Amino acid sequence: MTATLTDLAYMAATVLFILGLKRLGSPVTARRGNVLSMSGMALAIAITLATPGLRLGWIALAVALGAAIGLALAYRVRMTAMPQMVALLNGFGGLASALVGLGSYGHEWGQATVLAAETDYRITIGFSLAIGALTFTGSLVAFAKLQELLSGRPLLFPGRRIVTALTAAAMLAAFAWLVLEGGAGPAAAIAVVALILGLLLVLPIGGADMPVVVALLNSYSGMAAAATGFVLQNSLLIVGGALVGTSGLMLTRIMTKAMNRSLVNVMFGGFGTEAGAAAASGEGGVMREVSFEDAAIQLAYARQVIFVPGYGMAVAQAQTALRELDDLLTARGVAVKYAIHPVAGRMPGHMNVLLAEANVPYDKLFELESINHEFPNTEVAVVIGANDVVNPDARDNPGSPISGMPILEVDRARSVIVLKRGRGRGFSGVENPLFFKENTGMLFGDAKQSLAKLAGALQDV
Amino acid sequence: MTLLTMLFVLLLASFLGAELISKVPQTLHTPLMSGTNAVSGITILGALIVAGAAADPWVEALGLGAIFLATVNVVGGFAVTDRMLGMFRRREPGK
Repeated sequence: MTATLTDLAYMAATVLFILGLKRLGSPVTARRGNVLSMSGMALAIAITLATPGLRLGWIALAVALGAAIGLALAYRVRMTAMPQMVALLNGFGGLASALVGLGSYGHEWGQATVLAAETDYRITIGFSLAIGALTFTGSLVAFAKLQELLSGRPLLFPGRRIVTALTAAAMLAAFAWLVLEGGAGPAAAIAVVALILGLLLVLPIGGADMPVVVALLNSYSGMAAAATGFVLQNSLLIVGGALVGTSGLMLTRIMTKAMNRSLVNVMFGGFGTEAGAAAASGEGGVMREVSFEDAAIQLAYARQVIFVPGYGMAVAQAQTALRELDDLLTARGVAVKYAIHPVAGRMPGHMNVLLAEANVPYDKLFELESINHEFPNTEVAVVIGANDVVNPDARDNPGSPISGMPILEVDRARSVIVLKRGRGRGFSGVENPLFFKENTGMLFGDAKQSLAKLAGALQDV
Repeated sequence: MTLLTMLFVLLLASFLGAELISKVPQTLHTPLMSGTNAVSGITILGALIVAGAAADPWVEALGLGAIFLATVNVVGGFAVTDRMLGMFRRREPGK
């Protein structure tokens, strides 16, 4: 009876998860969708806690502690730090799945049940341990890089590919050992090798590629949960894990497509070192600086202005200053839009959240496909701390290291104003001819201050 | 459940997930990630069973550790998603 009740509750939770995801289809319903998913989770946890014979004392403590820390993280994290936060939570989820796999294995093994001797069971344990442990260390490295505890540059050492290949081979060997013999030894071996593999896979990846990595680890955390579902023969874990696994994979695909790179290239390419050096084709030219007064006049008499924010905007914490400039222009009757490249931030959709926090309405934000045709009819495009995503070489120069990457075609606007910290090449080291074009005016300096000065100059126009 | 039945469930859920997620607009991709991330904390169900029914203290410790981690994951993930989604506003009419 209780078992049936549990299954029914799990079924209801599945429906709530699915409806929750469905409502994420629009910003209008998304928040209620999240509440649905939340209730699904609460229901599933409650019915599991009601399992007869469960000792609840320590469990209550672990839950209270976890909830307190989770809430503190959620309400204190800055929106710019969201990628790190998600990376960290991915890691926690991955490790939790691995521990459940290990614990369940130990439990079965201790009781010497038939189950632990079954090949199927051992295979599922192997997956649960391997994916969970790999997700854990991989996520920690991603967290450290995003938090700048580690250098954002790819960490490359001679022979790293061989070392990674050998570690992968060791993983296969440990897996075979577990399936053929079983026991605690091979299970521990899989966990240890997976922990090392997680480090080896993420350390060589540069900061600019982190959106892909975070999305991929997101997927792994789901797969780890699904694998643990196989171990426990729990359909809700399998469904929940599968939904997360697909979500992460689809976001990974969107990210790699937006960079015109393959996942293999991101994972093993070491981009940002070799490519950067090769790109110095030295077209060069002269960057034309524009004064704040001139820039303000251009903006004031424009019919339409498109802002193109990049990660530089987030680094300078310039979101609010940007929205204030937007307010002034909108009050003057200028149509203001924002063009958001999929890889503009440090994770999928990051820029949108940052702008939402600064009170920019989401219906002013446009995706690449829906805004590119508007640039030719736009008087001024303002680039704030973005570089590669507006580089016309990606479209025009087949020899460019970023050739083929979809870009926001700001160079087709009648004029372009670029807010940039300095004259350097920026993150990827790729030269950007946009900065040397006749109709491009540069405003050097901190983005937040530049935007405030622009707003000041605009009020005098 | 047999392994095959479980694979069947996995496959169906994955295809359903792909359908649903392809309809999520780019503007919500960050909350999508943090929200699904919280869902991946569903592994807490396994942790509860492992910790609550363990005969061996080591196994119980593993389970409790997993409960703690998964709770941070679930609570933190849902709370931060709610916080983010609360920031998304539509343009005020007439503006």
